Amino acid sequence: MSGPGNDPTMLEIADRSVAMALDADASQAEAVVIRSAESLTRFANNEIHQNVAASDISISLRFIDGRRVAVASSNRIDERALLDLASTAGEMARLQPESEAFTSLPTPAPITFVEGAWSQATAAADPELRADAAAAVIGAAKGIGAQAFGLCSTSSEEVAVASSLGVTATEPRARAQVLTVMTDDEGGTGYSERVAVDITDLDAAAIGSEAAERTAAMRDPIELAAGDYPVVLDGFAVVDIADMLGYVGFSALAVEEGRSFFEPGRRVGSDLVTLVDDSAERSGTPASFDYEGMPKRRVQLIENGVCREVVHDAQTAARAGVESTGHGLPAPNPWGPFPVHLSFAAGTTSSDELIGPIDRGLLVTRFHYTNVVHPKQAVITGMTRDGLFLIEGGKVVAPVRNLRFTQSYLDALSGVEAVSSERRALEGFLGTAVVPAMRIASFSFTGATEH
Amino acid sequence: MRDIVRRALDTAAQRGAGYADARLVRRRERSASVKGGAVEKLGSAESEGLGIRVLVDGAWGFASTGDVSGAAIDEAAALAVRVARASSRAGEGAVELAPRPVAQGRYETPVAIDPFEVPLERTVERLTRAERAMAVVAGVATTTAGYGALREWKSFGSSDGSDIEQIITHVGGDLEVTASAADDLQRRTYPESSGGYAAAGYEHFESLGLVERAPIIAEEVVELLTAPVLPPGRRTVVLHPSQLYLQIHESCGHPTELDRVFGAEAAFAGTSFLTTNKLDAGFRYGSPLVDIVADATTPGGLGTFGWDDEGVAAQRVPLISEGIFSGYLTSRDTASRLGRESGGSVRADGWDRLPLIRMTNISLLPRPGMTLDDIVADTEDGLWLEANRSWSIDDRRLNFQFATEIAREIKGGKLGQLYRNATYTGITPAFWGSCDAVADASTWTMVGVTNCGKGQPGQAMHVGHGCSGARFRDVQVGVGG
Repeated sequence: MSGPGNDPTMLEIADRSVAMALDADASQAEAVVIRSAESLTRFANNEIHQNVAASDISISLRFIDGRRVAVASSNRIDERALLDLASTAGEMARLQPESEAFTSLPTPAPITFVEGAWSQATAAADPELRADAAAAVIGAAKGIGAQAFGLCSTSSEEVAVASSLGVTATEPRARAQVLTVMTDDEGGTGYSERVAVDITDLDAAAIGSEAAERTAAMRDPIELAAGDYPVVLDGFAVVDIADMLGYVGFSALAVEEGRSFFEPGRRVGSDLVTLVDDSAERSGTPASFDYEGMPKRRVQLIENGVCREVVHDAQTAARAGVESTGHGLPAPNPWGPFPVHLSFAAGTTSSDELIGPIDRGLLVTRFHYTNVVHPKQAVITGMTRDGLFLIEGGKVVAPVRNLRFTQSYLDALSGVEAVSSERRALEGFLGTAVVPAMRIASFSFTGATEH
Repeated sequence: MRDIVRRALDTAAQRGAGYADARLVRRRERSASVKGGAVEKLGSAESEGLGIRVLVDGAWGFASTGDVSGAAIDEAAALAVRVARASSRAGEGAVELAPRPVAQGRYETPVAIDPFEVPLERTVERLTRAERAMAVVAGVATTTAGYGALREWKSFGSSDGSDIEQIITHVGGDLEVTASAADDLQRRTYPESSGGYAAAGYEHFESLGLVERAPIIAEEVVELLTAPVLPPGRRTVVLHPSQLYLQIHESCGHPTELDRVFGAEAAFAGTSFLTTNKLDAGFRYGSPLVDIVADATTPGGLGTFGWDDEGVAAQRVPLISEGIFSGYLTSRDTASRLGRESGGSVRADGWDRLPLIRMTNISLLPRPGMTLDDIVADTEDGLWLEANRSWSIDDRRLNFQFATEIAREIKGGKLGQLYRNATYTGITPAFWGSCDAVADASTWTMVGVTNCGKGQPGQAMHVGHGCSGARFRDVQVGVGG
């Protein structure tokens, strides 16, 4: 089964590796082949300072001997290397006792190929095009006397999965990103970012203008005491809520092991909160199957504030007696399934109207260096960054120095009072998230810093 | 390997590079873990490729390839030159390299037992025994014992004549046990949450004492579930090395990276409060007890090597001397901006990543006078904090907040009440300024970190932190408990 425009040699390599494993007496085998090309132009202080291009092809072989599993990987794909791979994986598999934890590789399931996963323009982007995008952002910074820092990246990969049980899938995927942080000598700082499949959908000048506008508004920030404030979180901050909840809560393995807050039917947000993992979301970076070759299914994680489902890979699905939702990561994978196409539903309020009802609160552009304090309560700490503003009487009245927060993201979702109608596609923890802005009744800021 | 490197350099020169360096890297990894009574992971990974960095008219370009055929090497070198030329479309191209001696030679991590010659069943058997020793303790939820070994063969060459071979070997092993209640999850790890790695052979894994330590941490995690939450307040804290290493990493290691100071990471990990006007200006970073060095020659450290990835020899660089800021982690192109030579801190995560300023072994030197036990005995009212469980710091490395797995009351110089969900927070120079005791060498430990993130595309670096334990006064604890 294959998507449009892929290279059949990828599947041939995977099939060849599986055949070699079976020749080496594997009872089952699965091979994942990834051909990748990644280029990234980085700029700082209004100049390109790092400019890189990398290409590779890698193969990972999962070798099954009864109920024993081993994984060997390499970036060599010649005949000798593939034979070595099968031999190494087979030797490792036989070193271990039989395991009750493993039952079988997944059997094939029909894949509906999503549209919009590939862009030839992104795959063909050259260093000159990325440099021109950087120059457009830098131009916006120079326009307000600021310094621009950031990147323009273009990447493409072709993924092929084959197994001895008949799984066979290939798909080419592409991704482009432009982001910038701007600063100036008056304490101004701002941020903007976009992710798309097609580089031509990214307007670098507009991204630069948004960051420049925020930077100018952040000049001469005031000090504000830590405390509980109503907030409006821009999408750049909301993406962290999606990521962290995906990390601590919405994996079937986390639920199995008692690490998650998730219980079907548990209310964790207001009626306005709906979160899905949807790999067909066209405004994100679509994909059709996971690294086990299983079709990706739309998973309703939170529906109108209530927990509904978690994501599965083949192993958690087998133990739960359900079908994989197509969220397997590359083997060996001790982390379990993971949502990588998170999407909060849009609301009906325009972004500009979100702050209107706030008598005294904060507008937060983004978070920085967040980490889990209490996993089962989803308590997260982190800093604000690149744009924090005081709201009084429904209007932004002053820029504010950064604050530290220590806040349960579940409690935050319970306090969601409004969700923006506009959404942004942004880089997530392991994928791309599509997120709106949100107004939240109370958010706990627990410390301050000096800028 | 050297022929391939030489070919890349020659091609880059023919295409117009004023300077070039190239690394051919072969990496081999083995990993294993046992969880819940079964082998969870048994993995082997091998990778080979070449990365070439060129300077054209004062601008950098970098390209890499996993195909080491002659044609692919030529293509990568040519691409690096094209990328460097494209850089000039946005920038003046003003890179200058600080001088360094031409580097030639060979370095190899001292290894007593080659980890790649040890049968994996021996490792699985030890992991299984350790995991079982945790699993039999009533009340635990998950139990995991892990192992990893990594070896890199690196051939480095540069257009100004450097020619280096290095073989680096890192080995580690660790334990994790959790216990779960309706609204709480507790975790204990050993030796540290970062994996127990060292630059050594298999003998390091065997010396960790995983099987012996397993039941102790399993009993601790169960006890934590019913322990009271640490109440908020301002307290004296004594940091065990299993927490202190990360305090050093986040609040001393990263701020002293000179590329961060110059803004190279501003769009990602952030910058640094440690601006260049603070160098040689008597800036007080900590109390007079605080001596911190970057030492790439420390035995066993994950930041130990013969030369960095620019061909600068391993060395010890004082960063903080008796509490005064005294130096940065530098590269050739950042040191030149201060009129200095590089301190040899440039490292790349594999062949496909651009070398960046990275930590080597950033260590707090021990102080003769008091053992760590003496410091506890000398503390009338305080907290013992052990084993990191969470970390966060702002984009200039000032406001930090950490959580630890273990907190114990210190009363009258003795350890007492256990607390769960302990956190503490502070501002970097004020916190280090409150340090009034550093333990002697008897508990000095080199801790390995394998997940130090930096750069775009992302790089995860292995770095080391030596420390013995220390005491800090008037620290805010119990945030968000």
